Amino acid sequence: MTITIVRQAILALALFVFALPAQAVLQIEITQGVEGALPIAITPFKLDPGEARPPEDIAAIVATDLRSSGLFSPVPAAEFPEQLDSASDVNYQLWRNRGIEKIVFGSIDATSEGGYDVQFGLLDAIYGEPLTGYSIPTTRTDLRRAAHKISDLIFEKLTGMPGAFSTRVAYISTQLLASGKKHYVLQVADSDGYNPNTIFTSDWPIMSPAWSPDGSRIAYVSFESQRPEIFIQEVAGGTRFSAAGPTRLNSAPSWSPDGQRLALTRSENGNPDIYILDLASDNLTRLTDYSSIDTEPVWMPDGESLVFTSDRTGGPQLYKVSASGGEPQRLTFEGNYNADADISPNGEEIAMVHRDGSGYHIAVQDLQSGQMRVLTQGRLDESPSFAPNGSMILYGMTYGGREVLAAVSQDGRARQRLRLQEGEVREPVWGPLSEVP
Amino acid sequence: MAFHVGHGTFSILLIWNDYRETMMTIRNLLAIALAAGMMVLAGCASTQGPLPLPSSGAVEPTAPAPGPGQGTEGNASGLKNQGQLQLDPLQDPDSPLAKRIVYFDYDSDQIKANSLKTVNAHGQYLANNPTQKVRLEGHGDERGTREYNLALGERRAESVSRLLQLQGVLDDQIEIISYGEELPAAPGHDERSWALNRRVEIVYGG
Repeated sequence: MTITIVRQAILALALFVFALPAQAVLQIEITQGVEGALPIAITPFKLDPGEARPPEDIAAIVATDLRSSGLFSPVPAAEFPEQLDSASDVNYQLWRNRGIEKIVFGSIDATSEGGYDVQFGLLDAIYGEPLTGYSIPTTRTDLRRAAHKISDLIFEKLTGMPGAFSTRVAYISTQLLASGKKHYVLQVADSDGYNPNTIFTSDWPIMSPAWSPDGSRIAYVSFESQRPEIFIQEVAGGTRFSAAGPTRLNSAPSWSPDGQRLALTRSENGNPDIYILDLASDNLTRLTDYSSIDTEPVWMPDGESLVFTSDRTGGPQLYKVSASGGEPQRLTFEGNYNADADISPNGEEIAMVHRDGSGYHIAVQDLQSGQMRVLTQGRLDESPSFAPNGSMILYGMTYGGREVLAAVSQDGRARQRLRLQEGEVREPVWGPLSEVP
Repeated sequence: MAFHVGHGTFSILLIWNDYRETMMTIRNLLAIALAAGMMVLAGCASTQGPLPLPSSGAVEPTAPAPGPGQGTEGNASGLKNQGQLQLDPLQDPDSPLAKRIVYFDYDSDQIKANSLKTVNAHGQYLANNPTQKVRLEGHGDERGTREYNLALGERRAESVSRLLQLQGVLDDQIEIISYGEELPAAPGHDERSWALNRRVEIVYGG
């Protein structure tokens, strides 16, 4: 109790002293470095000598992006053997001697319209040749986006996978007001936590955000009418509507890959089951009919089947069922608690919350082999969400008594924590690769 | 699932130091003292208690506590309408109906043995007042996934509803809702807080 009071006092004091901005920004803390990741040097981008400094450090953003994927290890600037001005006068041997395999260099030139021309080049130090390079015109306010685009291009060139650095994430933040009441905010931010935007705010809890496949809408559960109810809201315009008729429990929305249907959990007479709602016709089809709790539906990428949580054998386990109904097939057999599935973009793996003797962790199971590997060691980890290129998993955890977000690379080697300056954050969901603007 | 109704099955399984229940007891005792004072002022000598109930479910089976406020079988005249001082049992801090929270074990929708008396008391009151409506709000602790906990909260409320209906409460007197883990009663991340959050709250409408 004392800790809560002290924490509340600190929060109240912080609100008063620092006049905090309305939007809380997620801060990233790298908690686990990566061994065996590719050493890449991202040299500072050359600036116009006469111009004012641009508001963003492009090289730093690219370095953070690449490091977070777990596949790259940005080399500290102190180890750069030379200053780079262009691709033509690189002494590759010097870089090879330092064990550096790839080099990024670039420049930012102010344009007459008040924007910037950002140019970058990616060099292979081993073979001593340029790999790729682009020029990206951008505005002053879109500099971060240009940096993330550069990260995507480098990532794709070197791994063959599309980068996910230009994507956005949605999450729910909660703040304790001075009155002692809680305030809930559904926010959307860049994948590195910057540029948060409020989608919906309420004095009642918000749960289970879900991006539509084209990124134009978000479905979520709101308790504003004192019961769990699904709403769908346009991300850009803000218009929202209630997605299902009034029953006791409507929750766990999940969009079909074609964006036409919503799977959800509905409880009509005391038994939560999976239903599919056709958004155009408002037609509701029942998918499960069992006396157990059936919830947390999520679609497979081919739209043919769904994975969901059911406790029909005692504790919650994951099951797969055809979208046209039928007998569900059990997927998880390790441990007595497996729930809240998220499917990898290629449909080959499921991330889930898995409980063992040391608590609730994020685990990934290969659908083909059935092999499960536990990726995290927290006691109260929850809400796993795959990046749209499958490289990382965002999830929620408790750290220092507060709810924060964390990210782990798909192989478990790189980790970060993302926390709000004040308040708590939960239920992250990663948006799609390309969004409708 | 078999429910033991009545006062023969008090389990000594009380593991958690339920400070909230203790606080309510202290509040009850203060209220008794206040009520006693008020009665003295009103010149009313006999005890006031809950409205007469057909069975003894609402009465303490242990040794009767001394002092006023305990509706015993002795002074029948004290249990009927007494004119000015007629306590609404829902407002009576001494009544078992003052306890509005039912607790549960981990991962379970089975009502804890020491909460059964509370449920029975409400069941009998509601059965005798068929126009009285009640809302059962189910909750869970923070462990595990949110949506599963939302369903678990509903299941716990269902448990209480079934027990109430066994006592004759009508289905349409009861409204069920779940908040899952979203509205905890205690904010900590330990067993003590979790035990307080695994609950169903009995809410009488306005």
